[in-house]
Amino acid sequence: MSVIPNGLDPFATDRGGPAQPLLSISGLIKHFPVRKGTGPKRVVRAVDGVDFDVLKGETLGIVGESGCGKSTTAKLIMGLIERDSGDMLYDGQAIGERAMPWRSYRRQAQMVFQDSYASLNPRMTVEQSIAFGPKVNGVPGRQAVERARALLARVGLEPKRFAGRYPHEISGGQRQRVNIARALALEPRLVLLDEAVSALDKSVEAQVLNLLLDLKAEFGLTYIFISHDLNVVRFISDRVMVMYLGRVAEIGPSDQVLAAPSHPYTQALLASMPSLDPDNRTQEALLAGDPPNPIDPPSGCRFHPRCTLAEGVCSAVEPSLSPVMPLHRVACLARQPGSGHSAAPSEAIAA
Amino acid sequence: MSTAQARDGAAVELSGLRVAFGKTQVVDGVDLKVERGQALALIGESGSGKSVTLRSILRLFPAGRSRIEGKILAAGKDVLALDTKALSHFRGGDVSMIFQEPLLAFDPVYSVGRQITESIQRHEKISSKDVRARALALFERVRIPSPERRLDNYPHEMSGGMRQRAMIALALACRPQVLLADEPTTALDATVQIQVLLLLRELQRDLGLSIVIVTHDLGAAVEVADRIAVMYAGKIVEVGTAKEIVRDPHHPYTIGLLRSRAEGAMDKGSRLQTIPGSPPDLANRPPGCPFAPRCFLAEDRCRKEMPPEVELSPGHRAACWFTDEASSAYRAGPQPVAVEMA
Repeated sequence: MSVIPNGLDPFATDRGGPAQPLLSISGLIKHFPVRKGTGPKRVVRAVDGVDFDVLKGETLGIVGESGCGKSTTAKLIMGLIERDSGDMLYDGQAIGERAMPWRSYRRQAQMVFQDSYASLNPRMTVEQSIAFGPKVNGVPGRQAVERARALLARVGLEPKRFAGRYPHEISGGQRQRVNIARALALEPRLVLLDEAVSALDKSVEAQVLNLLLDLKAEFGLTYIFISHDLNVVRFISDRVMVMYLGRVAEIGPSDQVLAAPSHPYTQALLASMPSLDPDNRTQEALLAGDPPNPIDPPSGCRFHPRCTLAEGVCSAVEPSLSPVMPLHRVACLARQPGSGHSAAPSEAIAA
Repeated sequence: MSTAQARDGAAVELSGLRVAFGKTQVVDGVDLKVERGQALALIGESGSGKSVTLRSILRLFPAGRSRIEGKILAAGKDVLALDTKALSHFRGGDVSMIFQEPLLAFDPVYSVGRQITESIQRHEKISSKDVRARALALFERVRIPSPERRLDNYPHEMSGGMRQRAMIALALACRPQVLLADEPTTALDATVQIQVLLLLRELQRDLGLSIVIVTHDLGAAVEVADRIAVMYAGKIVEVGTAKEIVRDPHHPYTIGLLRSRAEGAMDKGSRLQTIPGSPPDLANRPPGCPFAPRCFLAEDRCRKEMPPEVELSPGHRAACWFTDEASSAYRAGPQPVAVEMA
């Protein structure tokens, strides 16, 4: 039962059945032009050929260093910036075409940003902010406000105390709860969380993560959870996608990818998490230097200049994303049979 | 210059430190000692007063709008007694600081090398050739690749990790005895963060530097610090070696911090243990223990009387009425949490 009128919107309910991915992305590319001096035209290859599916009801975690394209991917999925090329299917239907215009897609997909303060209108009370989306979509004013109050209560903010407050009058954790309530106001099926808990204190972060788990179960949501904190991603995600310089390095079930990483980059990322063991502190950083610039990505495998397994073939051949286990795919020549890398397995793994 | 000075006494010693801005008592009675060559981490949530404690060591607050009480000894000097001239020698020369966002801490219109040489020349009489050589040596010390070229870079031309290294080079320029670091890795990627933490550890070992690092990340604290002090609402609630804090916490707040970490959760889908509520409003500080409203052990006494610091073992102190109960609750392991959802 939807509060949004024209409830005939076929995408409000499940169309393709549980096996149909909720979101299917293929060949997604976004280059930003660099305007600098008069030299040859250069571009930032922010997202450079990304394919993945988001299954119904799962949480897909996306991790990577800054500049790897994870936030750009999120903005492309939301249509906040226009893609250069690539296909995006929502429940089997191409987004942006007549059958699935952006406007009806965006009711189904909502986003929560990192900066809880900048993402709220400072001149609106939190109640007005939450009710705004439904009102724009034709819900009568009083009903929208009622819904806003119910959502406030649901995210743990007593409506009597908080409904009339302005964003600057509440704490960071409370603001992020308001942002989550606002994202849920249109009853979406897909919620993108772009570093949504990164700016919060640890004790508040735990509260918000618990809230996200509860809401997911209650409303049957699908999450795309972007974060640089591998511990948080391990906790909340069913599957994890590791990005490096605009491409997917590894994707698979989170207990496989984060417990037994196959890509040398994922291994290095895990090794750079601080240990919580005073007797066993990190002795050596596996990765030296900063993430390279996506303006001139290295040839072949983009990770080869920082990789411990790099060989001659790595700078020549760009690895494709191929399975090492069922559902677990890796873009690394050292893991692909017949790639020419000396560490490559001799034959295909029987999957 | 200051390296030749007497090396007796603690590197930093705060006693009864209280800092107020207007009517808000942000730091409320902090006693803390950092031995020479030691690294101490101050951890706590935002608003706990950890950054204010750190900055008060350099007296970085305008005198008219802040009130500092108590005693601050750093690098053998009584900081609150220094006059303006002595203070400017003290900053950078005896004690220096690195900040969270090096892009904001550097001056954007001078090259990084120029800012380092300027700082050295401000403190010492040195020829311009020697000063350049010293800046170069500093860049090599903090492992900036192609240091000669990088000295002429402007801050915006460097990446985040390299800027933080340059910041550390600038802080070390006048050979201070104490390095204060205010969330030095919070703005960095995890892969770069670990490099900076390892660099700080290396500098502490090689130069005999005393370090006070403020962070909200327990993991980062464990990586660099010998000792950890946990702050809550302007007070130190527990202090001890890194091992004591992580393995054998005796304050309910420390326990809450350890338990709410996502890596502590064993099963996916299980809920995280949280600390309920939010930090107190420092302008209306409740009587008694400031953590009492969020504490799982709180009783009436906690809401009325501030608990004294209890010495649990030499150097390990906690301010709580129920340290034994807290410790045994932690040792009993995380209690299974009822799954609330269907």
